[in-house]
Amino acid sequence: MGAPGLIGRSVERKEDYRFLTGKGQYTDDIVLPNQSYGVFVRSLHAHARLRAVDTARAARAPGVLGIVTGKDMAAVGGLPCGWLIKSLDGTPMKEPKHPVLAEDKVRYVGEAVALVVGETLEQARAAAAMVDVDYDVLPAVANTATAAKAGTAVHDQAPDNVCFTWGCGDKSATDAAFARAAHVTTLEYVNNRLIPNAIEPRAANAAYSSADQSYTLYVANQNPHVERLLMTAFVLGLPEHKVRVVAPDVGGGFGSKIFLYAEETALVWASKHIGRPIKWTAERSESFLSDAHGRDHVTRAELALDKEGKFLGLRVHTTANVGAYLSTFGSCVPTILYGTLLAGQYATPAIYCQVQAVFTNTAPVDAYRGAGRPEATYLVERIVETAARELRIDPAELRRRNFIRTFPYATPVGLTYDTGDYEATLARARQLADVDGFAARRAASASKGLLRGIGYSCYIEACGLAPSNIAGALGARAGLYEAGEVRVHPTGKVTVFTGSHSHGQGHETTFSQIVADKLGIAFEDVDIQHGDTAKVLFGMGTYGSRSLAVGGTAIIKAVDKVIAKGKKIAAHLLEASDADIEFSGGEFRVAGTDRKKSFAEVALTAYVPHNYPLDKLEPGLNENAFYDPTNFTYPAGSYICEVEVDPATGQVRVDRFTACDDFGNVVNPMIVEGQVQGGVVQGLGQALLEACRYSEDGQLMSGSFMDYAIPRADDIPSLQVETLPGTPCTHNPLGVKGCGEAGAIGSPPAIMNALTDALASLGVRDVPMPASPYAVWTAIRAAAKH
Amino acid sequence: MTHKLQLQVNGRTVSGEVGATTLLATFLREQLRLTGTHIGCDTAQCGACTVHVDGRAVKSCNVLALQVAGCQVTTIEGVTPADGSLHPMQEAFRACHGLQCGFCTPGMVMSALDLVAHHPHATEEQIRSGLEGNFCRCTGYQNIVKAVALGAKAMGL
Repeated sequence: MGAPGLIGRSVERKEDYRFLTGKGQYTDDIVLPNQSYGVFVRSLHAHARLRAVDTARAARAPGVLGIVTGKDMAAVGGLPCGWLIKSLDGTPMKEPKHPVLAEDKVRYVGEAVALVVGETLEQARAAAAMVDVDYDVLPAVANTATAAKAGTAVHDQAPDNVCFTWGCGDKSATDAAFARAAHVTTLEYVNNRLIPNAIEPRAANAAYSSADQSYTLYVANQNPHVERLLMTAFVLGLPEHKVRVVAPDVGGGFGSKIFLYAEETALVWASKHIGRPIKWTAERSESFLSDAHGRDHVTRAELALDKEGKFLGLRVHTTANVGAYLSTFGSCVPTILYGTLLAGQYATPAIYCQVQAVFTNTAPVDAYRGAGRPEATYLVERIVETAARELRIDPAELRRRNFIRTFPYATPVGLTYDTGDYEATLARARQLADVDGFAARRAASASKGLLRGIGYSCYIEACGLAPSNIAGALGARAGLYEAGEVRVHPTGKVTVFTGSHSHGQGHETTFSQIVADKLGIAFEDVDIQHGDTAKVLFGMGTYGSRSLAVGGTAIIKAVDKVIAKGKKIAAHLLEASDADIEFSGGEFRVAGTDRKKSFAEVALTAYVPHNYPLDKLEPGLNENAFYDPTNFTYPAGSYICEVEVDPATGQVRVDRFTACDDFGNVVNPMIVEGQVQGGVVQGLGQALLEACRYSEDGQLMSGSFMDYAIPRADDIPSLQVETLPGTPCTHNPLGVKGCGEAGAIGSPPAIMNALTDALASLGVRDVPMPASPYAVWTAIRAAAKH
Repeated sequence: MTHKLQLQVNGRTVSGEVGATTLLATFLREQLRLTGTHIGCDTAQCGACTVHVDGRAVKSCNVLALQVAGCQVTTIEGVTPADGSLHPMQEAFRACHGLQCGFCTPGMVMSALDLVAHHPHATEEQIRSGLEGNFCRCTGYQNIVKAVALGAKAMGL
């Protein structure tokens, strides 16, 4: 393949061959010498005191190598939370210990109580059933809305179950805006709790080597360096450099594999004590119980408008469920990643948002595809559409009246959008969706006794969380840069190491494209390595659609250093001054002449430095870079959905869905389109299908694929997805913004706006997500009674 | 207690000893080390473990190994040509970007092959309905549906 011109081409993916042939290596595929197997005993109760965990009977079972309980691990630290949020009164969030294995109490169904290790999985499983746990069952808190008044405390440190009460924006300016409003639209709703359900269940395999007192952990994880740092420095007190974490092929993450979990931590600890490598792979029912869940907000939002339909203010109160313990990023998702996005695409001058985070006896809640931004977008786009209906203004027109049109734009909630063109994506989406033909389609549906509705969503997201110093001031306990290394081999082939991690995103392809393009070498001559702390210098991993914007930029910076050094080598070979060397198309050339050296020749010279400026330049051609962005990136777009509803049954069918996005520059359009398609369908799952439900006593009622519906191939139509040339990001060299979460952020409000439009004629104002046939039917019946 | 078992896997006769409750998926993965067959759930919903038994797509997590004694089993490894190329259906998945993380992919390809064998000219609706038993959380299915149609064509069906 030719070298330049690789950017913007739908190159087929390098990783596909191994996945298509079953040669991928996921964590559960790895069997270590002398392998043993771990099974976790999990709490059956949402809230109980542990009177005793009796392992005597299980320990005598055949094949049992050891059993670990919370008592054994009481000396190690709790699982840490990576972001300190302060309440409005300045007090820090309540941060009760999150034990690896339950100590005195269990606080959610599925919490790990003991680890049983056996020669075989069957033996470990059989023995786990023989661990006798004596529970003193306590009343449980499972309802987000009422947790603060439950009268039962999940943690003694938080008697009212409030973890923190956080705010952002200007309260008095916002109240003043409402005082002069011509119209106020109010919306109260639940953003439904979701269970991520990557198709590869979480898995880990930990081994200890007594030869050099080192550990190796294979784990289905999105950020192996962060995993290692948190585990060694904050929990187990192990030397970081003696622990290798490998995240091999990972079968989807969607956020749920960012976090440091109890299971892999217990495995690492036990691998030394038991003296055998221990593998654990979650059964799907364990995934439902113990993966960090997503969303779970109860919100009241008010939008103030003047008589021309200009937004004056937005006032929000949200109660966010953080679950039984603060997960790794559980505190920043409903705050920093939520409140700051409430301006959306609009020049709303005053915004105030207050978030009360509550502990409950449910699984921890953390980042799930979009992480705070889908919740913000749902709020903004539902209330804007509702206001348009109340004021009888066309919803596209109301949006247009309020779009931000000049950049950079500082929002009243702390972000500065660098660039965007919201009119362009809306106009193109309307064209693609054939909005003009909607009236005829609605009439055709009506003739079949069906109700058709159309709904918009004009989303914005903030990707590539940054910069580190500002994030630090906001409570982040980690940096938010990315690292990359470009190792040029003597033959001119290149291995690139990235601190980001691919679990479906296709980094091996996209990153090869940018490096091959920049160096002017063949796509096949670049290899991308990730996911291994022994290979990659450092990394913050992949989440928040950051990999290309942050990780890709780190690689580009390292490539720039390679080129700079290459110029010096070439200058020496060509007997010219460094400043006269130009690099393009894989060739170092003396400017204005035909004297040149190829990239491969320069690489070879670097490693065989016979004719080389050894007095001023080291041999070798290997550079690394850390990149800390100066700002977030701001992908944005417009989504338009049409649904058809059968009023007799409440069945909702998504008939048309159009997505028009602005991701800035695009490296591989095929991969970007795939990300949007997948994201939109995950958002469709939230809107129409997925309901994580706990009973009032904290039992998970939706604990299997029989009870929790994720989208299947026949639940959805083909989507119309287009990415505009767009507005390139102004502060990274690739001009890229990120595309991994847009679909899941933008689609739920578009679908729900279409559904409520369809039902408006029946007097239905809102329907809860997921809009199951029962929920829709109930809403229709309730409206009829009024 | 274990039981002896003999069957054909990917065209070769294999034998093993399995427990009465050993699942076919476990036998393939753990004893034969055919790890292309994945396990994504415990309720026979996700289809990541789909293989062919005597030519029909079967969820191997829902079949005991002993039940397929004497049968012909084909896994994703058996579909892949030995020369390093891809089967036309695999090639179609690559061309259409019908996979992202790759975890559901082997099961998806095995289901797709069964689907097009019975419905060589399947419509989009038939393909969607035929893949209903295979979950993908990454792609939103659209490119998988395209790939199945393209694969059928490339196979000359």
